[in-house]
Amino acid sequence: MSAPKVRYSKVNMDIVIIITILLYMLSTSVYFAYLLFQKNYLHQTGFYLLAAGFLCHSAAIGYVFIKSGVVPVNNLHETFAIAGWAIAGVFIIFKYKYNLKILGIYTAPLAAVVMLIASRLPNDPEQVKSVFNNIWLFPHAIMLLIGEASFAIACGVGIMYLVQEHAIKTKNHGFFFKRLPSLELLDTVGYASIVLGFTMLTIGLISGLVYAKIVWGRFWGWDPKEVWSGITWLLYAALLHERLAVGWRGRRTAIMAIIGFVVLLFTFFGVNILLHGHHAELISF
Amino acid sequence: MLDIVLLGLNHKTAPVELRECLAFSKNESAAAMETLQKYPAISEVVVISTCNRVEVLMATVNMPEAVDAVKTYIAEVKNLPVSRFEGSFYIHDGDSAVQHIFRVASSLDSMIVGEPQILGQIKKAYIAATDKKTAGVILNRLMHKTFFVAKRVRSETGIGDHAVSISYAAIELGRKIFGSLEGKKVLLVGAGEMAELAVEHLIRNRAGSISVANRTFKRGVELAKHFNGKTIQLKEIPEHLKLVDIIISSTGSPDFIIKRDQVKGVMRKRRNRPIFFIDIAVPRDIDPEINRIANSYVYDIDDLKGIIDENIEERNQESLKGERIIEEAVITFRQWYESLDVVPTIVALRNKFDAIAETEIRKTMQSLKHLSDDDCQAIYKMTNGLINKMLHDPTLFLKSNGCHGDKSVYLDITRKLFKIDEGQGSEVRGRIKR
Repeated sequence: MSAPKVRYSKVNMDIVIIITILLYMLSTSVYFAYLLFQKNYLHQTGFYLLAAGFLCHSAAIGYVFIKSGVVPVNNLHETFAIAGWAIAGVFIIFKYKYNLKILGIYTAPLAAVVMLIASRLPNDPEQVKSVFNNIWLFPHAIMLLIGEASFAIACGVGIMYLVQEHAIKTKNHGFFFKRLPSLELLDTVGYASIVLGFTMLTIGLISGLVYAKIVWGRFWGWDPKEVWSGITWLLYAALLHERLAVGWRGRRTAIMAIIGFVVLLFTFFGVNILLHGHHAELISF
Repeated sequence: MLDIVLLGLNHKTAPVELRECLAFSKNESAAAMETLQKYPAISEVVVISTCNRVEVLMATVNMPEAVDAVKTYIAEVKNLPVSRFEGSFYIHDGDSAVQHIFRVASSLDSMIVGEPQILGQIKKAYIAATDKKTAGVILNRLMHKTFFVAKRVRSETGIGDHAVSISYAAIELGRKIFGSLEGKKVLLVGAGEMAELAVEHLIRNRAGSISVANRTFKRGVELAKHFNGKTIQLKEIPEHLKLVDIIISSTGSPDFIIKRDQVKGVMRKRRNRPIFFIDIAVPRDIDPEINRIANSYVYDIDDLKGIIDENIEERNQESLKGERIIEEAVITFRQWYESLDVVPTIVALRNKFDAIAETEIRKTMQSLKHLSDDDCQAIYKMTNGLINKMLHDPTLFLKSNGCHGDKSVYLDITRKLFKIDEGQGSEVRGRIKR
């Protein structure tokens, strides 16, 4: 089973990616204007720009997928690109479901930054190895990245919750008080994004286990990456359990969402850099 | 030419004792408008009377006479010597009268900047004036412009944003905690105007069931009946805390009614659903330490006052934007008003005719190339003569004093008939009609 040589018109796709980044950046600046001036048309414009960016981005990813026949998560560049895409996508879903306008101020710059980092990373399709050509890779990579995007949003919403709660508790209503929505809405969105993230994380990890069995002949190998993934999963599982069992909500959930995301980032980057787990090739700069 | 004059007093110039003596009821102001218009000096009049102001807006041919007439009339009707209220009166004319009525309607001159009632009150006064036919061309135009400006100020500035009353500030806070107040259960402890007002606001926001706890059970039952709720004993409160979301307290008790441990104990049973205490009592009813418990929030009267002060400050900032809008509007109104002067109207009419003649002659001349210069001159002369003859009578009519104080009506009609309100004037009119 040898990997196909990926040959696609790199130049064209680079332009699409540049347009995507520009749209995300434009969206970011419009959302900042919204934060300052609070005009409705601003957050609408910001949202449409982000959605346009997302469409371009989907086209770029879809093109690579069709051309190469594998999910484009072969190197760090492509992983980042999918992560940025997932952030924008999950945000669009939440925006429609909960109409949390102010969230754009967090997700638009996040997507833009992730994509900027992606564009600075080397993109060498020659890295494709047989390990990456497997049916189980698709759910593993995509689900995990969508889950991580949801947790990123949960973290952002958690920060907003803490800021708003602080304003209400200390009775010191500053710049953010009138700009941020109600605690209830923030809590609901935070919870929803953790549920989505956790579902995706679970599916992603299970397919990862199956994938490990196929490629390496075992489900679990106590590799640092696997251990930390397990820790992350347990952390979010505990958070959800507390919420369902004793009704944890508000401040504590918000703090946990932030801690969870920090641990998640460590699992994503730190383990490879510091502990040399597998997937290391994805993190080689 | 009619002068626009406004005289009256408001909460800044007169104490409440004087204002209540001078206030006109609905019928009284209708009668006042009718009577005042009969004075020869006064052509048009609108009387505005609210609890914070009494103002008479007039179009007059003779300002001193009109002002005296109003003062004498008020003295007569209200049975007070003129000297008693004269010192509190302000008199504005021309631009400053226009600016004043714009400011009043936009709620920039109100005791609480941005309060929304004043516009409705002025509208009612104007409707009464149109019923009695005491408003003519000038005041009709002025009032329509006033409503337009007031709406613009409200929609383009934030002067109406943010609560400026205790009970409303509490509701706004509740929204920041709960999102929607729909279905939230309310407990009222004690009674009091502010607390009851807050409960009414909550009901209007579709809050859920209301329960009332009061020291004297009978009074509690009465209140509960009023709010369509149920009554509980004071000692049932701790048990009740696990059911309710918003507690409004205003008792005369010297000690805390609800203590920290009572709330802490109940949070787990509430599954940490947020709970919001509004403490309007002095001395306080709710232990402030409760605010430190997760998902519970306590606001006392000083906290709420602090919010209101901030909001008022913000409204005052916004009112500066309103002043700018009004300044612009005063200028456009003046342009229309000046157009009612005779000379500009006649000049504009003449220009319009000249322009039409010029275009038509040029068109004709193109096909009459064989005419000599002298022939052309003759045609020009004839056209000029025609225009002079045609405009002679209208000009005389407008210039003559035959049409008495209401000249503005004919000027206005002339301008409409010949459509000589070009540019801004007609645009503004179009917008007002819509």
